[in-house]
Amino acid sequence: MKVEYSPELFMPSEKGDKDSEKIHRPSIKYWSDVWRRLKENKLAMFGLVIIVALVFMAIIGTHLSGFKYYEQNLSNTNQSPNSVHWFGTDDLGRDMFTRIWYGARYSLLIGVAAALIDFTCGVLYGGIAGMASNKVDSWMMRIAEVIYSIPYMLIVIMMMVVFTEADSLLVMILALGLTGWVPMAILVRGQVLQLRENEYVTAANSLGASKWWILRKHIIPNAMGPILVNVTLLVPTAIFAEATLSFIGLGIEAPKSSWGTMASDGLAGLAIGHGYQLFIPAIFISLTMFAFNVLGDGLRDALDPRLRK
Amino acid sequence: MFKYIVKRIGMAIITLWAIITITFILMNAVPGDPIRTESKMPPEVYENLKEKYGLNKPYHEQYLIYLGNIARGDFGESMKSNTQTVNQMIGSGFPVSAYLGFQALLVALCFGPVLGVIASLNQNKWPDYFSMVIAIIGISVPSFVLGTVLIQFVAAKSGGLLPVAGWRSFRHTILPTIALAMSPLAFIARLMRSSMLEVLNQDYIKTAKSKGLSRGVVIVKHAIRNAILPIISVLGTITTNLVVGSFVVEKIFAIPGLGMYFVSSITSRDYPIIMGTTVFYALVLIVMLLIVDIAYVLIDPRINIMKEEG
Repeated sequence: MKVEYSPELFMPSEKGDKDSEKIHRPSIKYWSDVWRRLKENKLAMFGLVIIVALVFMAIIGTHLSGFKYYEQNLSNTNQSPNSVHWFGTDDLGRDMFTRIWYGARYSLLIGVAAALIDFTCGVLYGGIAGMASNKVDSWMMRIAEVIYSIPYMLIVIMMMVVFTEADSLLVMILALGLTGWVPMAILVRGQVLQLRENEYVTAANSLGASKWWILRKHIIPNAMGPILVNVTLLVPTAIFAEATLSFIGLGIEAPKSSWGTMASDGLAGLAIGHGYQLFIPAIFISLTMFAFNVLGDGLRDALDPRLRK
Repeated sequence: MFKYIVKRIGMAIITLWAIITITFILMNAVPGDPIRTESKMPPEVYENLKEKYGLNKPYHEQYLIYLGNIARGDFGESMKSNTQTVNQMIGSGFPVSAYLGFQALLVALCFGPVLGVIASLNQNKWPDYFSMVIAIIGISVPSFVLGTVLIQFVAAKSGGLLPVAGWRSFRHTILPTIALAMSPLAFIARLMRSSMLEVLNQDYIKTAKSKGLSRGVVIVKHAIRNAILPIISVLGTITTNLVVGSFVVEKIFAIPGLGMYFVSSITSRDYPIIMGTTVFYALVLIVMLLIVDIAYVLIDPRINIMKEEG
């Protein structure tokens, strides 16, 4: 069979043909894939909606009823929820609606700030331990193990008792943050040990990248999934701890309020038939716990490649 | 094995020492003078009190005395009332708290795994949703809320069958036990569910099924026996949570346990009592963790300590 070769066949191709190799559909990025699977999880999305709504109300909620959180009205105490005071008033006649959203700021702030401290300390400690030599690593992990087996709530209680003079909000955030980072460090170290065997780390290493650079630019971004799940679950833990501490008398001082102190105050109201004073803050604590927990669970499912269909 | 246990006990002692040291440092970081805050007193009395509590000695000597006292089992005494020592408080309160704690642990350990197994065997059917709703409620609702709800809606309406508060008979223990057990129960149920789901996908379950074993035998002998191991490993954490929960539950139900004494000493800012009780709690929890860790190794033959030694 004779094949015809013409000179035109050997001319450079036109520009338009170069696109034939192009991938036309945009590739799905890792996080948009996670987001797509998270969106399918109705319960997790419900949790996310609740969180967004709570944050939004914490910002604007204190301005809606026209009362101030510290404004006492002794002729108007223990009012059940009505059209003027949507959540009723407490034993000093303060508007519960305003106080709930004012308290939401503190409860959410404590949760998020403690989780951020845990995140920072945990990622740094775990990352350094994972990248360090075997000897340093095993010593760092031994120290972490000792800290981990110290019951953290006892230390938090002691710090709260001792530093009563200082700003209790700050002490609480620091105490919760400084005692809660170890599980995060253990998680991050495990991830680092696993990820640093990957080819892209070897590649970066042979190109002369420093360990710190590899950790920051290659390993931590790839370990972000499990870390994020952990952070989501740390927030409700801290809010829960705050509520418990407030309940046993170690909360934020009046006239500031958090949901924990309000529930604790509400306990007295319950005894004389004003159950709403306890149940309203209790519902918000439970709702927040629920929202962060289902979001964390949903995130874990969305990130787990074994559950991919 | 023996080497592992010795090593583990060594770690426990170091942990306890760390706690005692932190406690001591924090105690001395308390702003102000623990004696003078009370009222004006003659300088002789002040000096005598300082002498009595050893506060006139340098810090390092105080620290050694403190360590020695704890080693001898003396956890200190109140500075507010002359009659009470931490040891007396532990003597009267700890048995009550331990009874309540163990009863709650038992309830959580009986019902938690059952709920988890039922959920996992009916994945995405109504028993699964039902169990997980209970689990989410158990995790989301703080024990002080659950406790007050139980008092308000169960005890008050039971016509005296379930007492509102106090600690006299078995009937008094039922509601506090539920309030205390709910959160660990929920935690265990969720853990058991995910652990079961993982185990049920393993090849050896398929093998067991294809051998013609009955469903019951496969579930009990193959699946549950393997799935229960993670539960054992979190028992230490659960015990810690039970202790913290007991502070709250004992306060609500007016139970004369160590937790209630601890909370009232926090309220009255009785530092030596708080510190002494904290160290005692730490001791109890560390011993529990130690037992759990050793039991875990004994139960799970796959964990070979000797390999880790190198």
